[in-house]
Amino acid sequence: MAEILVLAEHSGETVKKVTCELLTLARRFGEPAVVWTGPGAEAGRDRLAEFGAAKVYVAAGEEFDDYVVAPKAELLAALVAAGSPAAVLVASTPEGREVAARLAVKTGSGLITDAVGIGDGLVAEQSIFGGAIVVKSRVTAGTPIIAVRPNATTPEPSPGAAEIVAAGTDVSDAAKGARVTERVVQEGGERPELTEASIVVSGGRGVGNAENFALIEKLADALGAAVGASRAATDAGWYPHQFQVGQTGKMVSPQLYLAVGISGAIQHRAGMQTSKTIMVINKDAEAPIFELADFGVVGDLFSVVPQLIDEIQQRSGS
Amino acid sequence: MNIVVCVKQVPDTGSERTLKAADSTLDRESSDALINELDEYAIEEGLRLAEAHGGEVTILSMGPPKASESIRKALSMGADKAVHLVDDGLAGSDALATSEAIAAVLGRIGFDLVILGSESTDARMGVLAALLAERLGVPQLSFASKVETDGQTIKIHRQADYGYDKVEASLPAVLSVVEKINEPRYPSFKGIMAAKKKPVETLSLADAGVDPARVGLAASASEVVSFAKRPPRQAGTIVKDEGDGGGKAAEFLAAQKFI
Ligand SMILES: Cc1cc2nc3c(=O)[nH]c(=O)nc-3n(C[C@H](O)[C@H](O)[C@H](O)COP(=O)(O)OP(=O)(O)OC[C@H]3O[C@@H](n4cnc5c(N)ncnc54)[C@H](O)[C@@H]3O)c2cc1C
Ligand SMILES: Nc1ncnc2c1ncn2[C@@H]1O[C@H](COP(=O)(O)O)[C@@H](O)[C@H]1O
Repeated sequence: MAEILVLAEHSGETVKKVTCELLTLARRFGEPAVVWTGPGAEAGRDRLAEFGAAKVYVAAGEEFDDYVVAPKAELLAALVAAGSPAAVLVASTPEGREVAARLAVKTGSGLITDAVGIGDGLVAEQSIFGGAIVVKSRVTAGTPIIAVRPNATTPEPSPGAAEIVAAGTDVSDAAKGARVTERVVQEGGERPELTEASIVVSGGRGVGNAENFALIEKLADALGAAVGASRAATDAGWYPHQFQVGQTGKMVSPQLYLAVGISGAIQHRAGMQTSKTIMVINKDAEAPIFELADFGVVGDLFSVVPQLIDEIQQRSGS
Repeated sequence: MNIVVCVKQVPDTGSERTLKAADSTLDRESSDALINELDEYAIEEGLRLAEAHGGEVTILSMGPPKASESIRKALSMGADKAVHLVDDGLAGSDALATSEAIAAVLGRIGFDLVILGSESTDARMGVLAALLAERLGVPQLSFASKVETDGQTIKIHRQADYGYDKVEASLPAVLSVVEKINEPRYPSFKGIMAAKKKPVETLSLADAGVDPARVGLAASASEVVSFAKRPPRQAGTIVKDEGDGGGKAAEFLAAQKFI
């Protein structure tokens, strides 16, 4: 059975959920082989085995993380040349797409980004124009390279051997063009990552100011959710830019999306329309966001949200 | 410094966008076209760098004849000149083909720094900076929220989920910028008048030395199998808050097993 290469996303030794999702998809089309760059593979191995990785190609050198994107693409290209895999799957994150793009040039392959599913014959499904149109497409040249949107697949365990295989150790000079001199971690905190979270609570202009975002955070924490924001809120400086959801922000597809004080402009919808369940709290019954709502409350968020938080805390007994 | 800013004309995201039934390419006739919003930040950054370090800003756009409107707008913001790659043979190019053509033009006109928007609002791939860096063999400085250069080396903050990375490279390089980086200027009346006289060079595939077999729909390395409008969502339950809105919301969440 041909291999399917899966580029692991991990922070240190912690395997990100999207990698388990990619493994779940990969199992349907061949033998999943994870590609791991940087340290931590030994510790991450159990998790990869749980989701069916047959092999884990490890390029453990710190150097792989010291330069922007190019070393990973180079490593994958070498593995593609050596093993002729049936496909390469990466997470459709900004960096994942860039790795995929460079790999496509190196291997003369076609590239599909932001897939929300993969069907028979490696036909990828994409949801475009803010979810208005569903497109099915397939790669017609080289090795199919598919970037899959995080949170679009339910990860299902299925044991694999996760045999560790040492792969490429050197990074070529050509791949050392852009050097990372420092990583600055800003957002710390306990909340799940926006694109990986199963629940996202977003606040918009209706929240009124930066201080009031504490209310959105409190609701998010009660639900174990990530916090998002509309562009109106990030542009106003009420919440950091990297939490913006929408056309020019993050694309999210959680199980539950809660839009609070957000009108539902088409550019916002573009980033959240594929969420499984959508709840809306807005005082204007005419706000277009209600068109997407599975459940909506027409009311002032400053009375609805505190009551909701109380109810959640009572029900969860905390 | 010789700065080239890549600008794409895209359909207005506020209008309804559709694909053409015949070849599954974007129906550009049916919606209004404007400058990809993120490219305005790239233009602004280019202008600021040229103001600080001297040099020229050239706008480079690949697209149908109509894209000249967006090129004029970019010139009216203050760019010095433009190159417009326009050829029927380019229609339907995917990201890989687009990068092939744009890289060829960049190779021809030369550059110290190429600046792009972080992504186009239509294709939303956000890959062109990486593709150009790969093809041109120069450093990739993408998703920059801050840029500093002394004309030899360039340092950026590369936006990441966890914050940002500080990244350093030497010029020439490819840079893409996120919207947080600056506030794009509006064209002044004077700028609009001056733009009318600025040089715009149009290049065909032959002029640019691009092999027609490597671009356009036929050269695409992927194909659309089918497309369909997403079925509309089922209408949900909307309640009016009568002092019990939060409670009702919690009931819904409990019924759906979220709490
Ligand atoms: C090219 C382009 C890209 C864009 N990209 C994005 C993007 O990525 N993401 C994004 O979000 N936007 C984006 N936008 C902006 C978008 O068009 C809207 O301007 C923006 O989404 C509006 O944010 P909002 O819903 O928070 O604000 P508004 O539209 O002002 O809505 C605020 C809502 O809050 C409600 N409200 C006010 N007070 C209360 C209260 N006390 N209780 C309850 N409800 C209340 C109001 O009824 C209103 O519906 C983009 C625009 C362009 C042109
Ligand atoms: N046809 C084009 N002509 C000029 N620049 C382009 C073109 N397509 C994309 N770009 C540039 O590449 C960036 C990223 O586009 P994309 O990778 O398509 O999301 C855009 O913001 C533009 O700066």
